[in-house]
Amino acid sequence: MSNFREDGPGYPVTEAIRVDKVSPKSRRLLSLRAITVVVIAIIMLIPVFVMAITAFKSRSVIVSHPPTIFFKPSLEGFVFLFTERAVVNKARQPEFKAAAEAGELGLVDRIALESGQEVTGTSDYVKRLKNSLIIAGLSTIFSVVLGLFAAYAFSRFDVLGKDDLLFFILSTRMLPAVVVTIPLFLMFRQLGLNDTHLGMILLYTVFNLSLAIWLLKGFIDEIPVEYEDAAMVDGYSRIQTFFKIVLPQTLTGIAATTVFCLIFAWNEYAFALMLTSDNARTAPPSIATMLGRGGIEWSAIAAGSLGFLIPVVIVTFALRNYLLRGVTFGAVRK
Amino acid sequence: MATIELRQVEKKFGDLHAVKPLDLTIHDGEFVVLLGPSGCGKTTTLRMISGLETVTSGEIYLDERKVTWLNPNERDIAFVFQLFALYPHLTVRQNIAFPLQAQGESRETIDERVSEVVDLLQIRRLLNARPSKLSGGDQQRVALGRALVRRPEAFLMDEPLGALDADFRESMRAEIKRLHIDQHATTVYVTHDQVEAMAMGDRIVVMSEAEIQQVGSSNEVYYDPANVFVANFIGSPGMNLVSGSYSDGIIHMPGADNRYPVPNNWWAPLGEALQNSGDVIVGFRPESAEIVEDGTLAGNVYTVDLYGAYSMLAVNMNEQDIIHIRGDRLIHYPIGTQIRFDIDPQMVRFFDPVTEKTIKREAIQ
Repeated sequence: MSNFREDGPGYPVTEAIRVDKVSPKSRRLLSLRAITVVVIAIIMLIPVFVMAITAFKSRSVIVSHPPTIFFKPSLEGFVFLFTERAVVNKARQPEFKAAAEAGELGLVDRIALESGQEVTGTSDYVKRLKNSLIIAGLSTIFSVVLGLFAAYAFSRFDVLGKDDLLFFILSTRMLPAVVVTIPLFLMFRQLGLNDTHLGMILLYTVFNLSLAIWLLKGFIDEIPVEYEDAAMVDGYSRIQTFFKIVLPQTLTGIAATTVFCLIFAWNEYAFALMLTSDNARTAPPSIATMLGRGGIEWSAIAAGSLGFLIPVVIVTFALRNYLLRGVTFGAVRK
Repeated sequence: MATIELRQVEKKFGDLHAVKPLDLTIHDGEFVVLLGPSGCGKTTTLRMISGLETVTSGEIYLDERKVTWLNPNERDIAFVFQLFALYPHLTVRQNIAFPLQAQGESRETIDERVSEVVDLLQIRRLLNARPSKLSGGDQQRVALGRALVRRPEAFLMDEPLGALDADFRESMRAEIKRLHIDQHATTVYVTHDQVEAMAMGDRIVVMSEAEIQQVGSSNEVYYDPANVFVANFIGSPGMNLVSGSYSDGIIHMPGADNRYPVPNNWWAPLGEALQNSGDVIVGFRPESAEIVEDGTLAGNVYTVDLYGAYSMLAVNMNEQDIIHIRGDRLIHYPIGTQIRFDIDPQMVRFFDPVTEKTIKREAIQ
């Protein structure tokens, strides 16, 4: 009779159960599981992969059929994305060629010249990206901070009409963006908020606040009230207790909420398209408008989308430890 | 240390009384136990003293200082919770130091005081552990440490042993009692366990139905219960209560020839208290009954439980009343045997069946 557990740990186990005593059979099952996960992940990542290689293709490689996977990488897409260019007329071409051969042109200028263009300035996309960072970043901070306090109040105090209020807050998210943009557009015009950073930050904060309150309330509800009672008899005021006891234990929830809010604000398309034109226009609608300007610059679009992914990936990666639950559990016996 | 005084303190949730107006004074250095079944208002009372619960009306004084409407952090009272409530994100050291940091003590003072407390409780080895890694008993010691380190005016404990395993509970009970004896700290202790209450309390406050039923020492609540509830609640099993009717020094109980001659010194008080009807409830502890061949009362053995040092007989006196008698562990009573017993005349008590209150002797001859 072997010591192995034939079925393996198919359920959550405590430390008392030796999870290392897994039978070879269930170990094979585990590796089968791992292989399945990897295969699914690869399938899911194919579009991202195609986007990533497209960003480094030059125009001629992109249009070749069948599509190539191995090619000479080019920064053309990024140059096109970040610069304004003009076609160099025939008369001036020898002059540019000479300059290029003499090594007087920078990397960016040389790449532009390959398709017969000269760089005339930076593109709007830089500004759009900056707008996205400001608007998404600030609205995320506001909605998480406001949401945290509101969620604490809803969780701990007898707020008058609590259930109705919570439903009302949730209902702000029930209508699709397309439905509410027209009235919002009219209101924004009255208030002079059209195409302003303030307007977009307010809008995204309001929209994310409902999500933040509901998510964070769930996390705070799970923290036993006894901790706060204990801190208050230990000599702390309610607000000190909040910062010293509740906040450290809600970090997991705050991290998850931050990621959700950021992803929404960062990716939001419909409101940004309708309510901004230039000053406060964010990256998502501007990537789309690139489709329409003198032929489709696939490499520039792919480069724009790739760059656009990076901040969300960084934030999610930075908060990954908090996104895993279970760090602070187990000190109150139930 | 301080005296805690409750004057007409009352708590209502909506129309429901969690605590009916009560008066209670807990003297300096006293260990008072609030005892009662769950939902009787004992924990609410404790939380009102601490300030975690507001009072609906009434006043609370701490050493003549009115604290009724002060926040918990302004009262200087320590609280030990049933589920310990150790902060999971802090180490044991940080947990114990936490109340001192609130007072803004210097690092040296904090280190010194934490050190004293961990030596007192013998938990120095745990200082850098996280609460979740500790056993229940150690968690409770840390929780006690966190309360002790402040040197507060009073300690409030809400079923501090309730979450511990049975074998551990007894030794922790001794530790807490010894701690109280050493520190001489004013303590209010809530429990639903009457054995724990009897063992620990200088005075026991028995509560039920949001009201105080009796305040007294262990002996008083055990031997002289104020009413039927206390008689039944204290002791395991509780006091035997048998209905009967009194006339001329004899109580007739249901069942064949169960005529109980009342001790002489009770004749006058019973006659006075039971002027109208003769209905009365006779109460006696299981150990106050003695099985003798020519006893005045009779019944059939219903079951016998051997408790180790003694055996507990359940005796069917008649169709309604099954009473308990403590018997010798060496004597065997087959089920169904008819036995006769007497009640120790010093230990018999009488209750009014209408008010359920005890009938008092004016003077013992």
